Amino acid sequence: MGRFVLNRLLGSVPILLGVILIIFVLLNVVPGDPVALMMAEHIDPDVVARVRAEMHLDDPLYVRFGRFVWDALHGDFGVSYKMNRPVATLLMDAFPNTLLLAVAAALFSWLVGIPAGILSVVKKNSFPDYFSMGFALLGVSMPVFWAGLLMQYIFAFQLGWLPVSGFNSPLCLIMPAVVLGWSSAGMIARLTRSSLLEVMGNDYIRTARAKGLTAVSVLVNHALKNSFLPVVTVMAIQVASLLSGAVITETIFSIPGIGRIAVNAIQARDMPLLQASVIFTTLLVIIGNLAADIMYSILDPRIKSK
Amino acid sequence: MEPKADMPSGPPGVPARKEKEPVTESFWRELLYSIKQNRSASLGGIGLLLFVAAAIFAPYISPHDPYLVNLNAQFHRPSPEYPLGTDMYGRDILSRIIHGSRISLVIGLVPTAISMAIGTILGLLAGFYGGRTDSAIMRSADIVMAFPSLLLAMVVMYTLGASLLNIFIALSLVGWAGIARVVRAQTLSLKEKEFIEAARAIGVKNRVVIARHLFPNCVPSLLVLFTLGIPGAILSEASLSFLGVGAQPPTPSWGLMVSTGKEFLSVAPWVAITPGIAILLVVLAFNFLGDGLRDALDPYMKH
Amino acid sequence: MPDDSMTAQKADSTGNQRPEGEVMLTVAGLKTYFSTRQGVIPAVDDISLEVRRGKILGLVGESGCGKSITALSILRLVPSPPGKIIAGRVVLDGKNLLELTEKEMGHIRGNEISMIFQEPMTSLNPVYTVGKQVMEALILHQKLSKAQAREKALAMFNLVGIPEPEKRIDVYPHQLSGGLRQRVMIAMALSCRPKLLIADEPTTALDVTVQAQILRLMKELQEELNSAIILITHDLGVVAEICDDVNVMYAGRIVEHADVYELFDRALHPYTAGLLKSLPKMYQENERLYNIVGMVPNLLQLPKGCRFHPRCESARAICREAEPALFETGGSHLVRCWKYKG
Ligand SMILES: Nc1ncnc2c1ncn2[C@@H]1O[C@H](COP(=O)(O)OP(=O)(O)OP(=O)(O)O)[C@@H](O)[C@H]1O
Ligand SMILES: [Mg+2]
Repeated sequence: MGRFVLNRLLGSVPILLGVILIIFVLLNVVPGDPVALMMAEHIDPDVVARVRAEMHLDDPLYVRFGRFVWDALHGDFGVSYKMNRPVATLLMDAFPNTLLLAVAAALFSWLVGIPAGILSVVKKNSFPDYFSMGFALLGVSMPVFWAGLLMQYIFAFQLGWLPVSGFNSPLCLIMPAVVLGWSSAGMIARLTRSSLLEVMGNDYIRTARAKGLTAVSVLVNHALKNSFLPVVTVMAIQVASLLSGAVITETIFSIPGIGRIAVNAIQARDMPLLQASVIFTTLLVIIGNLAADIMYSILDPRIKSK
Repeated sequence: MEPKADMPSGPPGVPARKEKEPVTESFWRELLYSIKQNRSASLGGIGLLLFVAAAIFAPYISPHDPYLVNLNAQFHRPSPEYPLGTDMYGRDILSRIIHGSRISLVIGLVPTAISMAIGTILGLLAGFYGGRTDSAIMRSADIVMAFPSLLLAMVVMYTLGASLLNIFIALSLVGWAGIARVVRAQTLSLKEKEFIEAARAIGVKNRVVIARHLFPNCVPSLLVLFTLGIPGAILSEASLSFLGVGAQPPTPSWGLMVSTGKEFLSVAPWVAITPGIAILLVVLAFNFLGDGLRDALDPYMKH
Repeated sequence: MPDDSMTAQKADSTGNQRPEGEVMLTVAGLKTYFSTRQGVIPAVDDISLEVRRGKILGLVGESGCGKSITALSILRLVPSPPGKIIAGRVVLDGKNLLELTEKEMGHIRGNEISMIFQEPMTSLNPVYTVGKQVMEALILHQKLSKAQAREKALAMFNLVGIPEPEKRIDVYPHQLSGGLRQRVMIAMALSCRPKLLIADEPTTALDVTVQAQILRLMKELQEELNSAIILITHDLGVVAEICDDVNVMYAGRIVEHADVYELFDRALHPYTAGLLKSLPKMYQENERLYNIVGMVPNLLQLPKGCRFHPRCESARAICREAEPALFETGGSHLVRCWKYKG
């Protein structure tokens, strides 16, 4: 087990490096002079040259990349062009908010998605099945931003039950979490259903029934654990899609998280901030994938022994 | 009644579902038939035909000029004159949605097709040649897949600048990795099959083996991936445009329309809501069709 | 002895000490049909049979004739949809199993009737240790504690000849060979000392040497526990070796029933005769093996008249017109063939 985790951990290092390289290259070949951008009005060419030298912008790309990685390893991601504060501080301030949102959304998606998938198998081809699957299909087909606006319109403007946006009370978290979690819930429900149906057709399910276990007990004790294997895979993908969705959700609901930082950074052409927020988010995805792999190996004894 | 002499062998009683052979001419006929049989798939198919028709005939069927600013007609509620109302510039929303279908259609098809092409070629190469080719391609795929796709697309848009054309590039660069993984997995399992081994044994050129034998066997999976990839691309474009890094005003992109409408949500909700419904319907149609295709093609995809 | 086998206190002795040879399970007029897109498949079509206490009943026939579905119908485990038991009775010691509730049926399954399945490689759950899977039935039916159940499971592993049971009890199915997995299945099936064991081709998936071991083991255990067995097979050699009575099935029907000596002495139905002729014989090595001509009929398009007539060498006009009943030919020998009418 320990070796398995270590292997997977080591395997993630090149991926992370590749991610950093891609982002670095994409953002540092961008046309336009960031220094000119920072100083906007009165551009004195001498000053620009001096600042450029200070920021090492005239070094070759690979030197700058090396320096970037080295600094990043020390927790230094540079200084935001626009906010004039260390990027690392800005991200660390925002991270808890994104985490809170993502965890709430993930909880929603599991608490709704898994039972909906199970229900639709237990009540196959009847109303609960159609209802759950309709809910799921809607979740995977709705644009997240549109669902957010629709909910704002209904629950904030029309009914006045929930605050439109902001991040100062637990109530503020409800709409963003539901909006963000719905599409994951849909994915999970659909996958739970199909994988449960597939597992229920296995020979060992019949064996369990022949032992005298009730249908429900067979479902819970024998089928569910097996059908979770693919669902766990989705949970890994889910980290990526939650963080993608968080970009939009945070924008709509004015949540000061990493996603909103990234969007603002693009609009302000604040390269160091954008660079660090994308790398940081991707790091979270890689960690999520790792966690899913480990969970997979716990669930399926066949993997561990390989 | 005499039993026929040429009764299918194999499992007795009823000819069981057997593993299907690679794509032949009757494949397409059978496929069309099973889609017609599947109610939600045919519903999706009909929805898509309407969508495509709207895109093609947009200038002829839209009641107004989608770009015409009319400050006397701001925020009209839905009415016979403006069936879906007007926006803050008094433009007819229905006409803009109809014209927007062209953008969504092209955005759905082109980047998906490009990333399918890249992904298929790389997947075939990785699976067929193995070794270093394989690990180089698949490690790159791993890296691309590690990004939250929207963020990667945002970064590409930052570098290239916000425009519709650049969305093509961004989405093509993001989408190939998943395709490559599936195609590689299929290629690997096909490579073990007798007919591939036989072809290689009698000295058929690698290129021919890949093009004539491996690729056709991947077509069913690719078809499903393509159908389910299009709504993903449509949603991505809408999201990028919504965030302001995609299509730019006054383009009638559905995502951009929702974005501009969101400022007026409390006074004129239809401005933001109706383009979203258009997105939802189109994505639903593709998902219905894709699910139906997957069910119909299931026997072809089990290698 | 009171017939209180439904109570939780079912002792090891209940039922199994009643007179040997008495009928304990009666299947009468059982029909199990499958509705598929192509039509209705009569997989089990009006089957009747009797199982006697302490005896082994063989159920033989070509692939697809409905043997497994008959067994699954007895336990009410036919996959549904598409399958459905549409008629008949399955009476175990006076109770019609087809009328029990699912909950009552749960007391029967694994407790009074156990089943060993045709597919040893896939019949165990890959994510649990084999020990846990054997203990599950013990905890459920005999209300044992975990520790007791483990003891009992170890004893069963010993009984069925699994080497190093203490080690094997904690491994996962994929770590065991097919033969060992089938032994685990047998241990599981016999752990609650069922009155009746249904063994569906318990050895077909195994190699020949293991086959013989498993069969010998089942026979020994059956004698030791004095239980009854329905042994499903298409190997007449196996039948001759260990069965007491034999039912021959063809296309969803029973075509011949006799005790084992009678059947091998005097097979009446042309199908049974064909099966016997196709057995390889010890001293005729260089002779070509006999084969029944033709193929198993498509259950969706059954021939009119006797279901076997298209393949029958002695078919007559009447065989093409009407289907024969099961005619008695003295003793308990029954045969579904016009040659033996009246
Ligand atoms: N799930 C199912 N759906 C449709 N038809 C089925 C199904 N299961 C079984 N059948 C039908 O029932 C018939 C009898 O099947 P059964 O499994 O009882 O055969 P068998 O005698 O056990 O054969 P074998 O020796 O191969 O195990 C088959 O011919 C098949 O047509
Ligand atoms: Mg069988």
